[in-house]
Amino acid sequence: MVDLSYTAAADTSPASTVSATTEGRTTRWALLALALVFLAVFLLLPLVLVFAEAFKRGWAPYFDTIIDPDTISAIRLTLLVAAIAVPLNLVFGVAAAWAIAKFEFKGKAFLTTLIDLPFSVSPVISGLVYVLLFGANSVLGPWLKSYGIEILFAVPGIVLATIFVTFPFVARELIPLMQEQGTGDEEAALSLGANGWQTFWYVTLPNIKWGLLYGVLLCNARAMGEFGAVSVVSGHIRGLTNTMPLHVEILYNEYNAVGAFAVASLLAGLALVTLVLKTILEIRYGHAIAASRGH
Amino acid sequence: MTQFRPRFLLAGLLAGAVQFGILGFAFADTTILNVSYDPTRELYKDYNAAFAKHWKAETGETVTIQASHGGSGKQARAVIDGLNADVVTLALESDIDAIADKTKKIAPDWRGKLPNNSSPYTSTIVFLVRKGNPKDIKDWGDLVKDDLQVITPNPKTSGGARWNYLAAWAWAHSQFGGDEAKIKDYIASLYKHVPVLDTGARGATVTFAERGLGDVLLAWENEAYLALDEFGADQFDIVIPPSSILAEPPVAVVDGNVDAKGTRKVAEAYLGYLYSEEGQRIAAKHHYRPSKPELVPAEDLKKLPELKLVSIDDPIFGGWKKVQPEHFGDGGIFDQLYKPGQ
Repeated sequence: MVDLSYTAAADTSPASTVSATTEGRTTRWALLALALVFLAVFLLLPLVLVFAEAFKRGWAPYFDTIIDPDTISAIRLTLLVAAIAVPLNLVFGVAAAWAIAKFEFKGKAFLTTLIDLPFSVSPVISGLVYVLLFGANSVLGPWLKSYGIEILFAVPGIVLATIFVTFPFVARELIPLMQEQGTGDEEAALSLGANGWQTFWYVTLPNIKWGLLYGVLLCNARAMGEFGAVSVVSGHIRGLTNTMPLHVEILYNEYNAVGAFAVASLLAGLALVTLVLKTILEIRYGHAIAASRGH
Repeated sequence: MTQFRPRFLLAGLLAGAVQFGILGFAFADTTILNVSYDPTRELYKDYNAAFAKHWKAETGETVTIQASHGGSGKQARAVIDGLNADVVTLALESDIDAIADKTKKIAPDWRGKLPNNSSPYTSTIVFLVRKGNPKDIKDWGDLVKDDLQVITPNPKTSGGARWNYLAAWAWAHSQFGGDEAKIKDYIASLYKHVPVLDTGARGATVTFAERGLGDVLLAWENEAYLALDEFGADQFDIVIPPSSILAEPPVAVVDGNVDAKGTRKVAEAYLGYLYSEEGQRIAAKHHYRPSKPELVPAEDLKKLPELKLVSIDDPIFGGWKKVQPEHFGDGGIFDQLYKPGQ
């Protein structure tokens, strides 16, 4: 037994001195090809199909769907929700990351876990939580309603659910970055006489701006694309509480495949714009980004 | 290091949000919300436009009708959870009963408030088969022939699927002279021919029409015609069996909500107009069976041939309150008969 294992180890050792990996050229090519085929089938092909289906009957049906009042209202609602949820999460995310990275306090690990919660919870549950909180059978719902405030099955509920599911994006992007940067710059600024706000605006924020921008882009993409949580709290009222992802489902269920894929192509377009923005940032400011991480 | 200017960014985003807000909430006229089930989308799209026109001519007021569609049970749940429906137009009496029981927003005697048990239109279950009917399916007995696959959704989750099940039961009841053992054998055998139980009626239609599974789809009459329109009449045929079930999708005003919103008058008129000549014609056009066929020109009724229809209130069923727990409750007859993979 011992002898056998020894010879096996001896056989492989010359190969490992030639290359960092023991795999031969063919294996590496095979792995690469496998990865590329996988990417093409699971990412590229669906993306191409979305646009192919959307334009299957030419431009006219495509634009008919886009200018339909229900579609326009869905686009408007999606943009509105993102326009509220993203800035709020920007503020929450920076505040949370700031607190976690720059201060020591009790319950820090718990707070970090809490921030990750929306990542680990199924979006359906995120939606149902708001039904339980603000539904007609909850404590809060009827009380708010007596003041004429509607949360569930109205725009505020959709915004709340979106904020919940997109909460970690900004904070998760910033926490490691800020932890890596440490508190040296801030301490220097404070010792030179800057007050808290000045330190934040002139020292911390410039240091984290690229990470922040990444976080905002990802947060925005998810805010516009969220389906599960929003589906639960929306009530699916056409022209009022239908976001773009929900409208895609409705059109598909109405056998309007061209319409469904037309709206889907708009969403895919938004995702592509996000990716392009991210890539441009990386190419143009790659140096600055690397530098800010090196602090 | 360049200076970050978040103030401009925030100001821009805020301005954007305010603008969207103003555009989004610029409603001035009366608005009512109709919470309905899946297959009625096309029907109410037409009817809402017709009613808005009628209301404008009658009162001079502009009314906007919002619509929400989904599975009937799910929609009832949303209204119970607070979805602010003025009227509900659902697939099953038991769904409206659930709203009445749980919220008290609908009077318990709602079913008597409008003609024909508050069902302005009825429907039935028919067969959609592949073009030319290659498996020669004509009646319920043909569905259990060898090598034949039947597509029908899950009666535990789908209202339409319950009607399918009950239609089959009603046929078997008259076929076997009420012999319960034989009826159950037939139903068990029928569901052995079902390769996949979808959760809803639309899902089952897509399985049959787009995925190409199965030889026959048990479908709402209006869904069958819709599939014909959408996927092409050259692909499918509709077979009307000699007997089927009488489905009465009910409608009701949600009293609690209309009184709070002050929309009772228009909500009642909205449902009432379904029984008018125009409402009945629109229903027939969308392949629902009008409850007042005398108001509809004969040519519009041609596609809705007479057949023997058994009501849910027939003694063999005894109404939804009895059927629901007996057949579809946990451990009910369906659970006993449906054994997947056997």
